[in-house]
Amino acid sequence: MNIKLLADLFITFAKIGAVTFGGGYAMLPILQREIVEAKKWGTDEELADYYAVGQCTPGVIAVNVATFIGRKTAGITGGIIATLGVVFPSVIIITMLAGVIQAYASLEWVKHAFAGIRVCVCVLIFNAVIKLFSKAIIDRKTLALYLVILAGAVFLDVSPAVFVVIAGVAGIILKQGVKQ
Amino acid sequence: MIYAKLFWEFFQTGLFAVGGGMATLPFLYSISDRTGWFTHEQLADMIAVSESTPGAIGVNMATYSGYITAGLPGAVISTIGLISPSIIVILLVAAFLSAFHENKYVVGAFYGLRPASSAMITAAGLILARVVFFAGDFGNPLNVKAVILAVILLAFTNVITFTRKLHPVIWIAFSAIVGIIFGY
Repeated sequence: MNIKLLADLFITFAKIGAVTFGGGYAMLPILQREIVEAKKWGTDEELADYYAVGQCTPGVIAVNVATFIGRKTAGITGGIIATLGVVFPSVIIITMLAGVIQAYASLEWVKHAFAGIRVCVCVLIFNAVIKLFSKAIIDRKTLALYLVILAGAVFLDVSPAVFVVIAGVAGIILKQGVKQ
Repeated sequence: MIYAKLFWEFFQTGLFAVGGGMATLPFLYSISDRTGWFTHEQLADMIAVSESTPGAIGVNMATYSGYITAGLPGAVISTIGLISPSIIVILLVAAFLSAFHENKYVVGAFYGLRPASSAMITAAGLILARVVFFAGDFGNPLNVKAVILAVILLAFTNVITFTRKLHPVIWIAFSAIVGIIFGY
């Protein structure tokens, strides 16, 4: 096992995790610079493929891409090390912030600040839904599925995993009727 | 055994959350309702912190909720739980890469999963909207201050061109200041 290469994978992906806000597509330009141009661990085409597959597999895209590149560079261990690298900064930063926020959460002005922030979070979720909606709801069948799952999620006390499984099966069945 | 429970909850979240960081949100609400590890208000704060710090939003939210539930070990275990399914699936898929995303069953499943994911995030948004605009119950009077801020934010993030592309962290900071000054 090449310890130097594994350490390099961990540090490179930790650096990427520390400078990207938002993950997903926000990470692409930094991946192109660090992975394709600086380290030459992959090509632009491979990155595009990893993103495509990252969207067709569960989980966070940033994590999926790290696993792919790590595996290609240094096998299964490489995949795991690169993935741990990309999440490492999150664990450090969030843990520190969460501790600070908990310590000051009872202060009056902090409560007011977070009450304001919650309004903003509502708007951010609304904007995220609009963006997803425009890509996901492409015909009557997908609109029907959206409405059914929304009603289910609002009125039924069922794990989201159940809806995911139902929607996946429904998608396979409904897609058979759609001829491109 | 809280650590085993944390790992299992976040493993399921990582396995079933499809479509980016916000897709973990319905699962976090479900965890909150079933376990009481954190409240809906704390979840809203987590989203704000996760959007304002580096790293993938899904990972940040797992770390944060793990920390609130069981300190630093909880944060590490939740994060590892969330990413484990991804690592396993990707290592399996990597062997037959191009065949995978052109497979008709995979394409079909995602045809159904994308609207489902949008619907579940909408439902999570409605739960938060009830807390923010109606103090937790639609029977309560509308919180006018919150509506005014929401309308301003919607305008800045969607309508007014030169502010539309600004990073969410700017709007989170703006809302915090408005909250403090006007006593939200």
